[in-house]
Amino acid sequence: MEIKDLGRSLLRKRGTTVFLIIIASVVFVSILEPIFLRWSNIRSIMIGMSSDGLMTIAMTLVLVLGGIDLSVGSVAALSCVITGGLYLSGMDIWLAVLIALAVGVLVGLFDGIMIGKLGLPPFIVTLGMMSLARGGAYIFTQGSPLSLSGAPESFRFIGAGYIADVPVFFLIFIVLAAIFDFLMKHATVFRSIFYIGSNEKAAKLSGINVSKVKIWVYIVSALLATLAGILSLSRFNVATPSLGSGAETRAISAAVIGGATMTGGVGSVLGGVLGVILLNIVNSALIMLNVSVYWQDFVSGFILILAVTIDFLSHRKKS
Amino acid sequence: MAHVLEVRNITKKFGAFAALTDVSLSLDRGDAHALCGENGAGKSTLMNIIGGVFSATEGEILIDGAPVAFHNPRQAQEAGIGFVHQELSLCQHLSVAENIFIGRLPKKNGIIDKEKLREDALNVLSSFNVDFDPDDLVGNINISEQQIVEIARAVSLDCRILILDEPTSSLTEKETENLMRIIRELKSHGMSILYISHRLSEIFEVCNKATVLKDGHYIWTKDVADISSDDIITAMVGRSISSIYPPKAESVGEEILSVGHLSRNGYFHDISFNLRKGEILGIAGLVGAGRSEIMRSLCGIDPCDEGSVRLFGKELGKNDYRKTIDEGICYLPEDRKLLGLFVEMSIENNIIAADTKAVSGNGMILKKKAGSFAARFVKELNVKIGTLEDPISSLSGGNQQKCLIAKWLAPEPKVLILDEPTRGIDVGSKVEIHRLLRKLADRGVGIIMVSSELPEVIGVSDRVAVICEGSLAGFLSGDSLTEENIMRLASGKEAV
Repeated sequence: MEIKDLGRSLLRKRGTTVFLIIIASVVFVSILEPIFLRWSNIRSIMIGMSSDGLMTIAMTLVLVLGGIDLSVGSVAALSCVITGGLYLSGMDIWLAVLIALAVGVLVGLFDGIMIGKLGLPPFIVTLGMMSLARGGAYIFTQGSPLSLSGAPESFRFIGAGYIADVPVFFLIFIVLAAIFDFLMKHATVFRSIFYIGSNEKAAKLSGINVSKVKIWVYIVSALLATLAGILSLSRFNVATPSLGSGAETRAISAAVIGGATMTGGVGSVLGGVLGVILLNIVNSALIMLNVSVYWQDFVSGFILILAVTIDFLSHRKKS
Repeated sequence: MAHVLEVRNITKKFGAFAALTDVSLSLDRGDAHALCGENGAGKSTLMNIIGGVFSATEGEILIDGAPVAFHNPRQAQEAGIGFVHQELSLCQHLSVAENIFIGRLPKKNGIIDKEKLREDALNVLSSFNVDFDPDDLVGNINISEQQIVEIARAVSLDCRILILDEPTSSLTEKETENLMRIIRELKSHGMSILYISHRLSEIFEVCNKATVLKDGHYIWTKDVADISSDDIITAMVGRSISSIYPPKAESVGEEILSVGHLSRNGYFHDISFNLRKGEILGIAGLVGAGRSEIMRSLCGIDPCDEGSVRLFGKELGKNDYRKTIDEGICYLPEDRKLLGLFVEMSIENNIIAADTKAVSGNGMILKKKAGSFAARFVKELNVKIGTLEDPISSLSGGNQQKCLIAKWLAPEPKVLILDEPTRGIDVGSKVEIHRLLRKLADRGVGIIMVSSELPEVIGVSDRVAVICEGSLAGFLSGDSLTEENIMRLASGKEAV
C-alpha cells in the first residue's frame, strides 16, 4: 500500500510527468538514431541548455513569487558585453566580471523597487527593463559583436572548459539548480516567496515583509541572468549584444512545463530544470532526425501547451 | 386593485439552511417600503429573489396581480424591476451616457449615434436635476452621482419597481440628502421603491411602510407614521440569547493593552479603550463603521495619524506589523479567502506562516519540527484533517478557520484580535471557536473580537465597544449589553 501511495504521490508531481516524457523521448530518438546517445552529443546538449537553465532558475523564483521577469535574456546580453567591453578596454577580466555582477545587482534592485515598493506591475517593469538592457547592450557595442581574443585561460575555463569530460558551464548550472531547489524547499526565507505568490495580502497580514522579499528575488533573478551572460561570453569568446534574445520565453516555458504557474505560489526549481532538459533534448533530437530547424519553435510551443493542458485536465478531474 | 408587486409566502433554502421562511410583502404604486433586519436576517436574499438573481424554493411573486417566475436578472428587468446594488456596477472609464445605455446604445449605420445617445441621456437625467453632463466620465463624478447614474439606468429601462440596497452606505450627509430628494421625486411620479438601509433616520424620512425580517422570518409590516425607530429596533433584535455561548469571565485581572486617542484621518477618530486579562472585548458596529480599520492601525498594518498603543505599559512602534506580532499582538483578518488563506498551500504551511522562525534552525524550516508544531494545534483545536500535507482548500470553511486561528496561536500572542471569526462557518465550529476564545481568555490571553453578529457579540463578550461612523459610541456590559443598545449606539443614538 505504501508503495502504491508513493507511486500515486509521485505521479501527482509535475516533475515525474516531465521526467517520464524525457525518458520516453530519449528512448524513442535513440532507437531511430543511436548516435543520439553518444557522449559528444549529450555533452553538447548539456552545454547548450546551461544558459537557458540559469535563466529558468531565475524565472521559477519570480513566477512562484507571483511575478515575472521578462528582462533575463537582455540582462544576460548586457552583462556579456559589459564584461567583454571592459576587458577589451584593458581591464582585468575578473574585475570586469565583478563590475558586470554589480550592474546585475543594480538592475535587480531597480526592478525590485519599482515592483515591490512602488507596486508597479512586474510585466510592465521587466518589459521596460528588457528593452533598457538590450538597448544598453547595443549602445555599449555600437551593434557589432566584440571578439575577445586572448582572454585568460582561467576565464575561458568557466564557460568552455571541462571537468571529467563534463562542461564546467553545465556543472555550474546544475550545482546552482540543486542549491536553489534545496533552498526553495527548505529555507525559511524562501518559503516567504511561496506565501507571497499564493496570497500577497495574506502574506502581508502574516507579518511577512513583502516588498523586501520581492526586491531580493528580483536581485537574485538579475544576478542569475548576469551569470548566464558572463558564462556565455566565456563559452563563445565573443560579446554579442543580441545574446539571449527570446531566452525569457524559453525560460517561462521551461518553468511552466516544470509546474510553475503564472498566478504564483506553485513551482519548483527541479521541475523547471526538467523542463529545460526536455526542451533541449527535443530540439537536439529534431536536429538528429534531420528535421528542419524551423520546426524547433513549433515543437517547443506544442510541448508547452500539451504539458499545461495535461496538468489542467488532471487537476480539474480531482476537484 | 392589485398590488404593483406582491411577494407571497416565499421560502428560500440553501441546502438545509433556510435563509427565508414564509415571507410575504406587498408594494403599491408610489410606495417607498423599507425592509429592515440585522445582518443575516434575509433582506439580501429576498431582494435577490425579487431581482431574479435567485429563485425561491417555495412561494410566488406577482406583478400587477399576475404571477411571474424569474430565472435571471434580465427577466426581472424586463418585468419592470430595477435593482441598484450596494456595490455600484458602473464602468469607470465610460461616460455617464454610455453607462446608462450600456448594452443598448443607439446606432446609426452600424456605429454608435453619439448625438442621439447624448439626447436620450439628457432626457433621462432631466428628472434628476444633476450637475454633471452625460459626456462626463463616470470615474470623474462622485459616488452619490454615480449612484444616481445607476438609478437613472434602472429608470431608463422603464422600471416601475426600484430596489435600493443600502444606497447611502458610502455617501456623505449632503449626498444622502440629495439622494433622499431624488427618491421623493421618483415616488411622486408613481415609482414603487423597496428600500434597504441600516440607517433608521432615512427610513423615517422617505418611506411610508416598513417590514421587519428576523432570522429569515417575517415579523410585521407597519405604516411608518404609526411607529418609532425603537419599534423597529425591538422587532429586529427581540429574541433571547440561547445558552450555546460559553460562560462569561468570573473576574478580570491586570490591564494588558491600552489604546489611547488613536486616530486615522478619514477612517476613525479618537479611539481609546483598554483590555484586561481574562476579558473578551467585543467590537460591534455597522459594516463600514471603521472597526477593522481601527484594528489594522492598532497592529501597525495600516498607518495611524495620532494616538498610542501600549502593551503591558510599553508603547508599541508604529507601522511594523512583524514587530507587533513579535511583541505579542496578533490579528486574524475578516475575509478568510481574500486575506487569510494560502489556498494552494498545505495545512502545515498555512499554520506555520505567521511564525516560520519558531520551526526553523540555521535558516531552514525543520520538517519534523514544523509537522509536530502544526499537529499540536490541529489536535488542540480539534481540526478535522486528512494529513498535514493536504492543501488547505480541501477543508470545510469551519476547519479552514480553525487552521487560521491555529496560525495565530502559534506566535503565542498576549493579545489576539479576531475579525469576524465565525462568519460563514457551520454552527458546530462556531460553538467550538467561542469556547476556545473563552479558554484562551481564562489562560490570560487578551481577546478582542470584532463581529457583526449581535447574538455572538453579546453571547461571547464580557464588554462591548460600539463603533459608530469611526468614533467610539460607547461601552456596554452587564445588563446594559443588549442587542437594542448596540443597535442604538451603532446608529448614532443613546443607549437606554
